[in-house]
Amino acid sequence: MASNVHAPDGQHYYVPNGSPWPIIAAVALFALMVGAVLYLDDVTGPWSLLIGPVLLLIMFGGWFHTVIGENQQGVYNTQVDRSFRMGMMWFIFSEVMFFAAFFGALFYARVFAVPWLGGAGIRALTNLILWPHYEAAWPTNGPGHIGGERFQSMSAYGIAAINTLVLLTSGLTVTIAHHALRAGKRTRLKIFLALTFLLGFTFVALQAHEYYDAYTRLNLRLTTGIYGSTFFMLTGFHGLHVTIGAIMLVVVWLRVLRGHFTPRQHFAFEAVTWYWHFVDVVWLFLFVFVYWL
Amino acid sequence: MAEPHAETTAHAEHEHMPHGWRRWVFATNHKDIGTMYLVASCVMFFIGGAAAMVIRAQLFQPGGKLVDPGVFNSLITLHGLIMIFGAIMPAWVGLANWMIPLQIGAPDMALPRLNNLSFWILPFAFSLLIATLFVPGSAPAGGWTMYPPLVLQFGDSFPMLIFAIHLMGISSILGAINVIVTIMNLRAPGMTLLRMPLFVWTWLITAFLLIAVMPVLAGAVTMLLTDHFFGTSFFNAAGGGDPVMFQHIFWFFGHPEVYIMILPAFGVISEIIPTFSRKPLFGYEAMVYATASIAFLSFIVWAHHMFTVGLPVSAQLFFMFSTMLIAVPTGVKVFNWAATMWKGSLTFEPPMLFAVAFLFLFSIGGFSGLMLALVPADYQYHGTYFVVAHFHYVLVSGAAFAIMGAVYYWLPKWSGRMYDMTLAKWHFWLSAIFVNVLFFPQHFLGLAGMPRRIPDYAVQFTDWNMVSSIGGFAFGLSQLLLPYVVWKCVRSGKRVEANKTWDGAHGLEWELPSPAPFHSWTVPPSEALIARGAEH
Amino acid sequence: MYRAGLGIFSRTLVLLAAAAGAPAADAQSGWSLINMPRGVTNVSRKIYGLHMMGLWVCVGIAVVVFGVMIWSLIFHRRSRGAVADVTMVHNTKVEIIWTAIPVLILVSMAVPAANLLVRINNNSHAQLSIRVTGFQWGWQYQYVGTPVSFVSKLGYRSDEARELDSGISPYAVPHYLLTVDHPLVVPTGEKIRLLVTSVDVIHSWWLPDFGVKKDAIPGFINEVSFTVDPDKPGTYRGQCTELCGRDHAYMPVVVRAVSPAEFAAWLKKQEALQKQGVDISAQQASTQTPLASPTG
Ligand code: HEA
Ligand code: HEA
Ligand code: CUA
Ligand SMILES: [Cu+2]
Repeated sequence: MASNVHAPDGQHYYVPNGSPWPIIAAVALFALMVGAVLYLDDVTGPWSLLIGPVLLLIMFGGWFHTVIGENQQGVYNTQVDRSFRMGMMWFIFSEVMFFAAFFGALFYARVFAVPWLGGAGIRALTNLILWPHYEAAWPTNGPGHIGGERFQSMSAYGIAAINTLVLLTSGLTVTIAHHALRAGKRTRLKIFLALTFLLGFTFVALQAHEYYDAYTRLNLRLTTGIYGSTFFMLTGFHGLHVTIGAIMLVVVWLRVLRGHFTPRQHFAFEAVTWYWHFVDVVWLFLFVFVYWL
Repeated sequence: MAEPHAETTAHAEHEHMPHGWRRWVFATNHKDIGTMYLVASCVMFFIGGAAAMVIRAQLFQPGGKLVDPGVFNSLITLHGLIMIFGAIMPAWVGLANWMIPLQIGAPDMALPRLNNLSFWILPFAFSLLIATLFVPGSAPAGGWTMYPPLVLQFGDSFPMLIFAIHLMGISSILGAINVIVTIMNLRAPGMTLLRMPLFVWTWLITAFLLIAVMPVLAGAVTMLLTDHFFGTSFFNAAGGGDPVMFQHIFWFFGHPEVYIMILPAFGVISEIIPTFSRKPLFGYEAMVYATASIAFLSFIVWAHHMFTVGLPVSAQLFFMFSTMLIAVPTGVKVFNWAATMWKGSLTFEPPMLFAVAFLFLFSIGGFSGLMLALVPADYQYHGTYFVVAHFHYVLVSGAAFAIMGAVYYWLPKWSGRMYDMTLAKWHFWLSAIFVNVLFFPQHFLGLAGMPRRIPDYAVQFTDWNMVSSIGGFAFGLSQLLLPYVVWKCVRSGKRVEANKTWDGAHGLEWELPSPAPFHSWTVPPSEALIARGAEH
Repeated sequence: MYRAGLGIFSRTLVLLAAAAGAPAADAQSGWSLINMPRGVTNVSRKIYGLHMMGLWVCVGIAVVVFGVMIWSLIFHRRSRGAVADVTMVHNTKVEIIWTAIPVLILVSMAVPAANLLVRINNNSHAQLSIRVTGFQWGWQYQYVGTPVSFVSKLGYRSDEARELDSGISPYAVPHYLLTVDHPLVVPTGEKIRLLVTSVDVIHSWWLPDFGVKKDAIPGFINEVSFTVDPDKPGTYRGQCTELCGRDHAYMPVVVRAVSPAEFAAWLKKQEALQKQGVDISAQQASTQTPLASPTG
């Protein structure tokens, strides 16, 4: 599989020969999308949502297996390593911009749309004629009370505060693990890395509880107007990213158990760390703009 | 200099070039992937063009009875999406794949397997998009801009549209990451940033734009999806949202998107004009800075697409001024190209012909863009054929002409053969004449009051529509020459012996044999070669 | 085939004549329609002026820039023995000049544009307000402060002719696609403010002769105003300019501008009819607040 133009000597920039994984990935993505279409269009039950993720898992397994194998063979020189790093950085940047779209929606709604509906600025008549009696405030589910007359908003001091602590701590533990790796202290590395993903899963569990609470007690749902939309979409996508990040941490941890990574070369470890910090930073923004202010 | 290198590659090629379908499906070679991108782009150009032909046939006369109005709206929607995401963008990625490693002295793209994935997502994405025509209910017919609430009215095809966009977005982002990493990390020693050819520079900046805005589009269409299926209220006033919010998010993506399509064109023109003027590019550094300024400005002008939605006056003023500013760096580019030709020793091979036509016609498109930026005047222009004329000038006689010029410029390098110059010139002249017959009258139509996106019109618009349609058919037919010329060249063109096809050409790609060997700079080029290539 | 194919060729000849500058002829002839109408409001004329200024500035720049390029194309070609001056790679002074001059040109365009923009967006002191509500596919007009309200849809004959299998030539229908059953009636010489909104998707109310185009956004009200010249009563036509679904092409905007006296009489009559319970429009659009859900 990993044959190369040159003997894999780490001297040259490694250019892999043909690989089946990318096309499998493309098919998996396609299956994911088609599965979702079939489900949303009521052609099939929700099972069709599963094909894509399963294929994706297989693909990731196979692709990473190949890459890890090549890495262990030592065919990646530092330049290849740098490509991976840059690739990961820019990927994270693209994720940042994805969240930016939703934050943009939140800010737009809070700064423009809702006040306008309440008659602010050039929109006095909008309020007077179309939405009489609506008073702009945040949180809101809009003048049409979409999703029910009454709902409670999410407090910043309950689970959100605890989760902030959980995530910040996990940022700390992963950094300790990183230092341990660089210093060659494997036991400490294993412990703190495990702590990190355990904290990650704790976060997800608490968030699940928070959602449950929202739906059952607060009457706060995805359908609760713009507040519910922005709240659940932002925290939901974030939670998804935490889950993915935690799974990646588990994989890295398993690799650590197998003795992978050296104090000097551990790109995968670092990539996951960056990702984890990114998730962390997004949370801070969420905490401030979604829960707190 | 090139000899020892040629030897190693010949050897490598013999041993490692894969054969059969695996070569393409499992491809990791930047040239193979580039070729696939270009072929796919050509196919999509013809599919999008076929839709355009139906549009022009319907509009040939009033009372148009060719297709149902709903189908017509689907056709313009698909035409816009296919041309932008299927024809123009993949063509640029294909050219990036082919040329960037050659031009910076790299062995390949930095992440070859990812490269393969970026490409292979596309056929799936467009199958999903085009399949919308065949599902029950209407295909998406809300225009390529997908404004809610209209777009939310479409049924079974709606999620197909959304997920096709997601796929295209993933493909573009991964492709752009690859380009950035290749340029930042794989330049040969000595290939400093300010020695890079402008095509590489413009692509570097384009890739940055792509990574910055494609995720925003993904976010926007995701909100459409949840508004449609899961009861969110992003674009629903009753729930505290705003339909116009979609437009803001969309155009935050959409305006940079149009520069994504034109910046690489600026790069290509900056390669072709010096070559056929036999003179270094005038003001290389200014060109780099101008490109960067355009990219920066492109993030703060988006609302010029929304002057009639009822923005506060202060916002309209801001977006008018920022939009007008873009004319300055763009002007710098045009002037630099003009200065490059000045006191040159010009010849007019097909690439140069396309480049010269680009200069004139892109500028005309830019001028109408500037007129559109004048807000009070845009109150009249907006939503009319004046806008359609504007963007086809910059997209067809701009971006598409630059792509054709690039193909004629580098085809001998790719194939090792020369194409039929006479036919290529025919292709050029027919295109250049009919593109104007096709799109110039649309300015008149728009000014005289013909809205865009209508399948039928008042009788006084007949005459110019007929002219436009005739121009359209002739332009479309002329395009058949392009694949024919390429095909003929690859099959039976005369072999080119020299590394350098054009006597005035500079740059590393011309130091490699023609056709370029399967693996590019397996041994990095020497400093001397780089310096010779970077004489600007 | 409403028009003989041969007509195209004869018309191509006319095209040349028209391009040569004979746009006077008859307004129904398409060849003369190559520019924005001056219109019948102060604003529309100002916009026309701005448009012409923009156009001529661009033409001027084009003449200079294209002139230089054409010069090179002609005189600096190799076949004429031109030898490239390869030392000419950079010149800070020219580069500054050709950055500065465009800035000046742009400023000189931006200032009048900005002035006009601010003026146009002044909707205060209107004498009459009309609520304009777009729907799929037509407009509902309501005269604020009166009970008068009606729906305006594509005229019957156009509607008939536009059907796929109608067999009716559009040329046989006067003002094909630009007629409605009930035009909006406004007095000339008075400042009229429109409160534009929609009940379903986004539409856009455009009347070229007034220089007015405003999007109708469901859930929001946009304001726009105009004053028709006192000496320019007449019927003015425009169209919806935001894609709004299948019949986007079939929801024209028609306004009849009449003298204030005539308008007062008209309004009184409508009020009386309304009181008697006569539905002044054949169909009544929903007058409720916008739909709760855009999908609904
Ligand atoms: C490649 C694509 C491309 C490019 C490069 C541009 C370039 C520009 N565009 Fe265009 N535009 C589109 C693609 C593009 N556009 C598309 C697709 C749409 C419609 C989308 C839709 O609604 O479907 C659109 C719509 C659009 C609108 C909205 C119209 C409306 O819907 O009401 C506006 C308004 O300001 C605008 C402005 C401009 C300007 C100012 C530039 C400038 O960048 C142009 C700058 C260039 C020049 C000015 C010429 C060269 C300069 C000189 C020779 C120097 C001297 C000049 C001066 C000092 C004036 N464009
Ligand atoms: C990058 C982009 C790109 C390109 C290359 C083109 C190319 C063309 N476009 Fe397109 N166009 C858009 C981008 C582009 N367009 C966008 C974004 C819109 C807006 C959509 C919207 O409103 O949402 C639009 C809208 C648009 C409209 C307005 C529709 C409307 O508002 O109702 C029209 C109408 O004339 C049009 C025509 C054409 C034509 C004739 C070509 C020609 O250049 C095409 C030429 C190519 C071919 C014809 C293919 C090759 C030949 C064959 C297939 C052989 C068969 C030939 C014959 C039968 C003669 N386009
Ligand atoms: Cu209403 Cu278009
Ligand atoms: Cu734009």
